[in-house]
Amino acid sequence: MPVIQLEQVSKHYVMGQHVIKAVDAIDLTIERNEYVVIIGSSGSGKSTVMNIIGCLDTPTSGRYLLNGRNVAGLNEGELADVRNQEIGFIFQSFNLLPRMTALGNVMQPLIYAGVPLAERRKEAMRYLERVGLAERADHLPNQLSGGQRQRVAIARALVTGPSILLADEPTGNLDSQTTVEILALFDELHADGQTIVVVTHEPDVAAHGERIIRLRDGKIVEDVRNPPRGGAE
Amino acid sequence: MATETITGSSRPASAGSAARSVRKTRSPLWFAVSEGVRSALHSIRAHAFRSFLTTLGIIIGVASVIAMVSIIQGLSYAIGQQFQGLGSNSITVTAYTPIEERLQGRIARLTPDDLELISYRIDGIESITPVMSSGIGQLRHGANTASAQIIGTTYTFQDVAQYYTASGRFLSDSDNDTRRRVVVIGETVRENLSLPADPVGEFVQINGEWLKIIGLLEPRGEILGNDLDNRVLLPFSTMQTLTGNRARPDIQIQLTVANRDEMESVVQRIERLLRSAHGLGPDDDDDFQIQTAEELRNTIDSILTNVTVVMGGIVGISLLVGGIGIMNIMLVSVTERTREIGICKAIGAKRHHILFQFLLEALVLCLIGGLVGLAIGYGIGALAASLIPGFPAAHTPLWAVALALGFSAVVGIVFGILPAAKAANLDPISSLRYE
Repeated sequence: MPVIQLEQVSKHYVMGQHVIKAVDAIDLTIERNEYVVIIGSSGSGKSTVMNIIGCLDTPTSGRYLLNGRNVAGLNEGELADVRNQEIGFIFQSFNLLPRMTALGNVMQPLIYAGVPLAERRKEAMRYLERVGLAERADHLPNQLSGGQRQRVAIARALVTGPSILLADEPTGNLDSQTTVEILALFDELHADGQTIVVVTHEPDVAAHGERIIRLRDGKIVEDVRNPPRGGAE
Repeated sequence: MATETITGSSRPASAGSAARSVRKTRSPLWFAVSEGVRSALHSIRAHAFRSFLTTLGIIIGVASVIAMVSIIQGLSYAIGQQFQGLGSNSITVTAYTPIEERLQGRIARLTPDDLELISYRIDGIESITPVMSSGIGQLRHGANTASAQIIGTTYTFQDVAQYYTASGRFLSDSDNDTRRRVVVIGETVRENLSLPADPVGEFVQINGEWLKIIGLLEPRGEILGNDLDNRVLLPFSTMQTLTGNRARPDIQIQLTVANRDEMESVVQRIERLLRSAHGLGPDDDDDFQIQTAEELRNTIDSILTNVTVVMGGIVGISLLVGGIGIMNIMLVSVTERTREIGICKAIGAKRHHILFQFLLEALVLCLIGGLVGLAIGYGIGALAASLIPGFPAAHTPLWAVALALGFSAVVGIVFGILPAAKAANLDPISSLRYE
């Protein structure tokens, strides 16, 4: 069973007389443990696709099967549960909670999952170790470098064991050295079996994916397998 | 939470299995409350100064309620203590002149004749005591002079007014019968006249007459600035002699009834008797007043209750203003934290999580303000009571504490709902984009 199955998914906005087709009848299937990169210029609809896949937004028509369950018709509360359990978000600007420590940030999704404090701390520490930041657990986001912040964000995305890691320009705010580190971490997670969807416009980032989907004007214009990279790092 | 159904069976084994296995091990409500309080405290601590400013209105409101109630309750308590001395079966008869008549120069009086009339004609009286007060008089002992309240009364006054002697003896019936020139003095009088610690046997001069001190009263302290120890008591008949040039001295009659159940009927009989003795027609008003101790106490209690309610109302307005202050800051805080709210929603917060978080933040803020205000108000009340000389100690009743905290909580919830609802209803996508 595919993790993500979009069937004729559209997102249309009505602006006065005009109907803006941000996403237009897309069909897309992503299998477990795929590493998919969605690329496209600004206004190509990739953000909308990402919001739909991430269950932040619902399509105006079409079916979205996440692990075989149609989530297109779910209400707000059910979508929140899906985001909590199935989606791990990684943002360009990290989006950590500024008043919370690294550990607190990683524990936060587990609060919404109803996990008791002691268990939360244990789980969160496990994932902070996984991204190599265990010794920074007590630091606030503004005491961390950009790369470290993104690692905390990755730990937070992984902590509930989501089906998909969904990254929106994950290296957009990072320097080239840190970009390499973060992409290497993605590769490791992929090797461990994680399904990853990255939205980007940077060719370097796209090069890490197994499969590249190009969007233009709300439609998929290209869907290709990336040639396997020969020991790039 | 119906997500178990979409928990894939083939997910990577390493990821999140522990998190899933421990879900919902406790009651969801308890979990929500404890997490909400934890998060609220965290947020309040993170913005300590702003939180303090926000809750200042509540602190001031609660502090003033508590300070005021403590002082008034202390007063009420002290007055209650005084009245306990009077006993619940005592009746006081005093002359009463309506204001119009007083303006016409007529002053109603109770006279020793009235006293005699009541004591002979009314049944069911246990004891009856005349009290004649000349107001403030001059006392002299050697080279020292002092002024004190001079009261003429009889033996039974001891029980009626709870005056007991620390040394010597109280006035006796025979003192009264034989118009002995004796006096019982209060502690303040003794000090003012520089009399020895045991002044019995010394002589003092009152209105030019020499009287022998036969007893010293136990100290009673002050009530409402009235020094109960700056008094001298002499036999009623001696007092009449001293003020002899006045044909009809005004007296007060204090009496106790033998049986409490007869209180009403004794009062009615005294009223009928005095009306006929004073020759009052059916249309005339009483020229005297009959008060029972209980009535007097109820009157004072109701005055104090009214004062409490009125001042409580005024202070309630300040709590209201404090609540509006909290709402404003919370609304600003919601706007400021729009992006945070978006993040929380993206990682799985539901509407009720956000609602609860902000509501609890307002509630906890108000309760902390309430507690701080409680401590400050208690301190102010105690301080004020101790600074005003002769003022009874402040007394903070539990109901005031409960009321203040309850009101703080209500303010927190009422004024927290609007900002919390605003936060909960934010759209996650646009919140995430909010700069």
